[in-house]
Amino acid sequence: MIDAVVIGVSAGGTTALRILLPCLPVRYNLPVIIVQHSHPGSDDFLTRYLNDKCRLMVKQAEEKEPILQGIIYFAPPNYHLLIEMDRSFSLSVEEPVNFARPSIDVLFETAAEAYGSKLMGIILTGASADGARGLMKIKSAGGIAVVQDPRTAEAEIMPKSAISAGEVDFILPLEAIGKFLARLSDGVML
Amino acid sequence: MDKDAENLMIEVQLLLNAVYLKYGYDFRGYSEASLKRRILRNLAFSGYRNIPELLRHVLCDKSCFEKLLLDLSINVTDMFRDPLFYKAIRDQVLPDLKKLPLIKVWHAGCASGEEVYSMAILFFEAGLHQKTQVYATDFNEKILIAAKEGIYSLEKIKGYTSNYHQSGGKSSFGDYYAARNKHAAIHASFKKNIVFAHHNLVSDGPFGEMDLILCRNVLIYFNRNLQNRVFDLFNDSLDQGGYLCLGSKESLRYSTCSDGFEDFVPKEKIYRKTLGLPV
Repeated sequence: MIDAVVIGVSAGGTTALRILLPCLPVRYNLPVIIVQHSHPGSDDFLTRYLNDKCRLMVKQAEEKEPILQGIIYFAPPNYHLLIEMDRSFSLSVEEPVNFARPSIDVLFETAAEAYGSKLMGIILTGASADGARGLMKIKSAGGIAVVQDPRTAEAEIMPKSAISAGEVDFILPLEAIGKFLARLSDGVML
Repeated sequence: MDKDAENLMIEVQLLLNAVYLKYGYDFRGYSEASLKRRILRNLAFSGYRNIPELLRHVLCDKSCFEKLLLDLSINVTDMFRDPLFYKAIRDQVLPDLKKLPLIKVWHAGCASGEEVYSMAILFFEAGLHQKTQVYATDFNEKILIAAKEGIYSLEKIKGYTSNYHQSGGKSSFGDYYAARNKHAAIHASFKKNIVFAHHNLVSDGPFGEMDLILCRNVLIYFNRNLQNRVFDLFNDSLDQGGYLCLGSKESLRYSTCSDGFEDFVPKEKIYRKTLGLPV
């Protein structure tokens, strides 16, 4: 019922992703696509680090790359990551959105167009309002909106903004999101 | 596909066809996701209710088209964006170009000119500016005017200065512009050997015998067919041994003319057209 998972995360993200992503089992049958806010001059350290810690392959998304299941993709630093209708990636250096490039809203909004109701969007820890609009777009396209419980987030602004922007389906602590994601691959919804 | 998403895609195609038929600008080979975002942003600011209404006004009102054209071109760029790329040009490309009697450079898709002046500063610091001829092109006339002026927000200069030093720049960056009010105007001496000209990569032909072509973060907006067209254009425009520089996330790898090039500085996406020596 779900074809892809998109995740937006900012301040506190490295720790959160270090807990969340290793929960995903081998032979995971969904792609996981992530925007982590980062300094424009960052290299690929985060993806290399997480690739060591995860059972799934972790890599930076490349332009025109077809999106495959069982891979965790990250937006490259200083580029927006967009999803085309044929479910491949595009990159853009357009102006920052919500002061961010990559912006979570840009990923979520284009993902909602491409995946419609078969998409799950997740907002994790962060000190920004980026992602709130995109999550609502996912919800209004019939997808599932998940937000990390702000009380468990290192920075609560981003999850709080997402919750106050409109209706969300699940508000969960990080560990529960991990278990949820792990079971999602078998078509189980909580 | 979701019905609304499908209808939106059709409306976008109709608008692009209308722009092409009426004005000759061809965006049909652009990647859709980003183009669609920019059209919707234009629509939101224009006050029209939907794309068909925008389409009608674009056809009847040239100023409405010009506004759309400006919104469809991505004009975001920085001076010394990706400092390590400029360092590679300094350390590895310029020492080779130095040997030529005249250095011909083409900035394809130069937008508002930040990268053109960044390169001009490198040529100046290497003592090569006197024998360098630079062609800076874009399809957007309005943005070319801004590029010619070379006036940038003082707010951004701090970041540019840091980029400049990271690229290996040893001078005081403040020597290269005059600060007025909230703006920094690049000194006229850097503009002397630069010709700003209209050129559309989608429909225009090659520029002959270039030694260095820079086209960074332009091709990410094109589909594969259009990318191949542009790579052929660059191949035809480059001299043997000439250099082609792409954006950090762009690659010649999958293109139809990749065989004619070697990876010169792979990490910075600097390619070199092979010398064509007998094997």
